Amino acid sequence: MNKVIINIENIYKYYGEIKALENISFSIGKGELFGLIGPDGGGKTTLIRILTTLLKPTRGNAQINGLDIVKDFKKLRKQIGYMPGRFSLYEDLTVEENLKFFATIFNTSIKENYYLIEDIYTQIEPFKDRRAGKLSGGMKQKLALSCALIHKPDILFLDEPTTGIDAVSRVELWDMLKKLKKQNLTILVSTPYMDEAKLCDRVAFIQKGKIMEINSPLTIIEEFEEPLYSVKGDDFYHLLLELRKMKITKTAFPFGDSIHLTTNRNIDTHELNDMIEKRIGARTETKKINANIEDCFMAKMINNM
Amino acid sequence: MKAFLAFLKKEFYHIWRDPRSLLILIGMPMVQVILFGFAITNEIVDAKIAILDNSKDEVTQEISNKILSSKYFKLFEYLTDKNQIEKSFKKGKIKIAIIFENDFSQKLNRNENPQVQIIADATDPNTATTLINYVSSIVFDYQSKYLKNKSGGLNVVSKMEYNPGLKGVYLFVPGIITVILMLISAMMTSISIAREKEKGTMEILLVSPIKPLMVIVGKVVPYISLALVNAVTILLLGVFVFGLPIRGSLPVLMLEIIIFIITALGLGIFISTKVETQQNALLVSLMGLLLPTIILSGFIYPIESLPEILQYISHIIPAKWFLIILRDIMIKGTEFRFIIKETLILFGMMTFFLIISIKNYKIRLE
Repeated sequence: MNKVIINIENIYKYYGEIKALENISFSIGKGELFGLIGPDGGGKTTLIRILTTLLKPTRGNAQINGLDIVKDFKKLRKQIGYMPGRFSLYEDLTVEENLKFFATIFNTSIKENYYLIEDIYTQIEPFKDRRAGKLSGGMKQKLALSCALIHKPDILFLDEPTTGIDAVSRVELWDMLKKLKKQNLTILVSTPYMDEAKLCDRVAFIQKGKIMEINSPLTIIEEFEEPLYSVKGDDFYHLLLELRKMKITKTAFPFGDSIHLTTNRNIDTHELNDMIEKRIGARTETKKINANIEDCFMAKMINNM
Repeated sequence: MKAFLAFLKKEFYHIWRDPRSLLILIGMPMVQVILFGFAITNEIVDAKIAILDNSKDEVTQEISNKILSSKYFKLFEYLTDKNQIEKSFKKGKIKIAIIFENDFSQKLNRNENPQVQIIADATDPNTATTLINYVSSIVFDYQSKYLKNKSGGLNVVSKMEYNPGLKGVYLFVPGIITVILMLISAMMTSISIAREKEKGTMEILLVSPIKPLMVIVGKVVPYISLALVNAVTILLLGVFVFGLPIRGSLPVLMLEIIIFIITALGLGIFISTKVETQQNALLVSLMGLLLPTIILSGFIYPIESLPEILQYISHIIPAKWFLIILRDIMIKGTEFRFIIKETLILFGMMTFFLIISIKNYKIRLE
């Protein structure tokens, strides 16, 4: 890991009795693309808002670029870019007016930092005279990203940028983040989609206000030790229910057109398939597979329930 | 500075591009002035009157002529019989009927106090009262002159100093200026700040290096200018359409208006620091500001006629002091030195609201 740019130490956040965050500690290196993965209500937004100085932690502390997030919030606000979870630009201003406005309040101009947003902005430039409220979801996100980048921040915080946009826009957005990373920008991005974890350098899996795991996606996958099988069959739902009833089954989750099954012990694939076919009285197809990142997170989630 | 100008520009875009707020800002003052000026007026012109003159002598003729020559009444018919009165009313044609007793002039000469009976259509009590006052006033007026010339025993003094129809304007123009300024300044600013919160743009503004004070001033400046434009529009309408005088100093008047606008803006910002949605901002502004401004400022009900407790409460309503100042300057032509007390109170309120609203402005989300 490069030089540490974000350092989080034992952060707690309570809303009355509700513990939104508990003992969060980790650090992010310069130029890292760091993912914050977890289900809704897990504490992702709260953590990002604390790091962007919008909320004060109940306890604990964090430094970004050597600046304290509570005491030095004024200085810090000049160095970070933030894209909130929901579309937060002026819908009654045009695309260009929005970008101009945010450039100006950050004491810069579109021209000065155009190279940073060029890739993204050229895609929405044909619509620059359109009001932001009239853009499609994907275009809104591109505009929001342009606005968050226009002042050339050192660190970029993105709260669920891919929620609610189509698959193509999702891929495009991740491509953009990869490009930005090449410009040595540190990026902290949160997402509820586990499959996006593999696109990050490192990910933190956050659930119920606690961090369950921090590592690179590859390491997380390598650490997965349980036997994992993929099962396919005709009556998908019936198959899932029956698999969950089997003694040997530890977990069974639908995954695309197959079911991912983990078992208590190692078992030969043919033996397992016979066992399943006998039980449901129909043909099935069972394969031993390697875990992907989602399997790892599902397992972690179950363990934490 | 550049950032501030960009912020101002954005605020003006918001205002111009929202037809609803534009309608409220520009349309409402006009509609209110015209409504209050023409439709809701206490003055009655050309009320139809029926006269039943049982004596038909010199005195009754003269009184009748006096009544009919005033602009308030227009003769509908002369009646000959008492039974016709009700018919005349039921047809809905007349508002008031006057009946002179028999031998009116002779009785008067004998010091017998002859009777003039006035019957009014009281389905609209306010109109009826006004009309009766008009008639009795004319009768008393005549009587006092008549008695002075002839014998002079009776001394009837008319206490009804009636209002030549313009008093309504005197009352309502300052009142409307007060209400409109309060509404535009406080309600519109609180809504516009609440909108930033509701839409999430406040989050980005907070994270940006733009200073909170700049956000507040940027929100306030457009509305000060709009409120001023409105105040001037209403004043112009008052002067040129309704013939309202501005007897005092115009610069002092504008100065007081600006102080009041800033007071209201301070209140608006304060409200916006306490609410999260535009709807709440609207509700709080309406309930918390508009109603007290209308009811407790002396605009509609004289403060002296309010229950004692409300009279005390009225002291903390900025609109009350502003209205006193406005009426003094515009109608009485009072010099500035006589309204220093009220001005200082208003100024104090302005400072207070500005300070608490800036203190309460959150630099974080919580």
